[in-house]
Amino acid sequence: MSFWELFTETLPGYYDAIFATIQITLLGIVIGVIIGLIFAFMKVSKYKILIFIADLYINIIRGTPLVVQIFVLYFGLVQFIDLGRFLSGGIALGVHNGAYIAEIFRGSIQSVDRGQSEAARSLGMNYTLSMRRIVLPQALRRAIPPLGNQFIIALKDSSLVAFIGFQELFNRAQRIQSSTGMAMESYVIVGIYYLVLVLILTFIVNRVERYLARSERGVKHE
Amino acid sequence: MSNTKKMIEVKKLNKYFGKLHVLKDVDLEVHESEVVCLIGASGSGKSTLLRCLNFLEMKQSGQISLEGKEIDVKQDDLNKIRTRTGMVFQHFNLFPHMTVMENVIEAPVYVKKLKKEEAVKLGKEYLEKVGMSDKVHVYPNTLSGGQQQRVAIARALAMKPKIMLFDEPTSGLDPELVGEVLGVMKELAEEGMTMVIVTHEMGFAREVADRVAFLDKGKIAEVGPPEQIFDQAKEERTKEFLSKVL
Repeated sequence: MSFWELFTETLPGYYDAIFATIQITLLGIVIGVIIGLIFAFMKVSKYKILIFIADLYINIIRGTPLVVQIFVLYFGLVQFIDLGRFLSGGIALGVHNGAYIAEIFRGSIQSVDRGQSEAARSLGMNYTLSMRRIVLPQALRRAIPPLGNQFIIALKDSSLVAFIGFQELFNRAQRIQSSTGMAMESYVIVGIYYLVLVLILTFIVNRVERYLARSERGVKHE
Repeated sequence: MSNTKKMIEVKKLNKYFGKLHVLKDVDLEVHESEVVCLIGASGSGKSTLLRCLNFLEMKQSGQISLEGKEIDVKQDDLNKIRTRTGMVFQHFNLFPHMTVMENVIEAPVYVKKLKKEEAVKLGKEYLEKVGMSDKVHVYPNTLSGGQQQRVAIARALAMKPKIMLFDEPTSGLDPELVGEVLGVMKELAEEGMTMVIVTHEMGFAREVADRVAFLDKGKIAEVGPPEQIFDQAKEERTKEFLSKVL
């Protein structure tokens, strides 16, 4: 069987796997963004205890491998609660990416000039309002490029949930390899799928970035 | 002057940055419709004093009364108090993600809860006042420094403050743009706005100020009408400072 034959024959079987990878990546990203926002706010707060908790979380998560975190959440937790492969894997991805996303948000919030919040406060806006209306919109805009980068890492890292048996792209490739014995072809093919997904994600991130950069320049047409 | 309302009264104000004692027992009174210019070398505490009046910096001791009422930092709603004192910054601090009009109506809509149409009407009025009504829908970074500062003044005025604070409003501007901003401020002074202005523009201070206060090392060294400060300063350090800048 040639490379091309293997590609076309396994293609229909890959649909579900592609969908599964997208799903678990999305779950991981959504959880990661929520966790990231919460911990970023804790880190820019003035309360030492919140900063301490956030630092602790970020250090533990960044200091341990993702595959270990996935195994803890799936094999480790199963004696107390069985979340299933999708939820365990998705939560592990979210918790892992949350630590990195927290640092991205913290950096972008702190990069907004102090004069911005001072101007907002001087107009009578309270902390929450000045954050929501003035600081965060500017911070989020600056966070888009590093966030996009992190989303791409999350997409590729989602392959690690194959090891708890979740049937996504990489898991699928392993199965094809063991049933056909065509290791090189199987893994190159799955590599191509990842590459295409990453390129699509990159395209979307670039468009969002360009869209957001368009304002702040020139005239607003109503 | 004594029979008009005291808009600002500062008594024995002390402010530290860490160990650095930046304001030392400062007393200052500003009456209604009065224009007071704060002058002094950089590091003399004039900007800090101004920022204390708006509670962007918190005093360590002393009293600050606005419109006859002593402000208790712990009890009073500082956000509400800040709506009554407009502030203009050296670096304009316009919101870059909003158009000129959006900058001006932001606080009226979100703080005062004005209807958007009402706020826009108000915004047009104040943008016209500062001569920026032709730039309503552009973003700040397409404007010159002088234009940005005029928008910042309109933004502060749109909250209808009782007092306007200016923190070196022309220091960040190219020399040829200083005039347009000072012009707007002069007009404001003529309309009777109570103003406290930190400035290096001595010509402007002489022309527009009712009183000039010279700060030196965290203290008000001398205060009086501009003619007195500029022509017959009593204090040696005032004369010395003025000889350097005039």
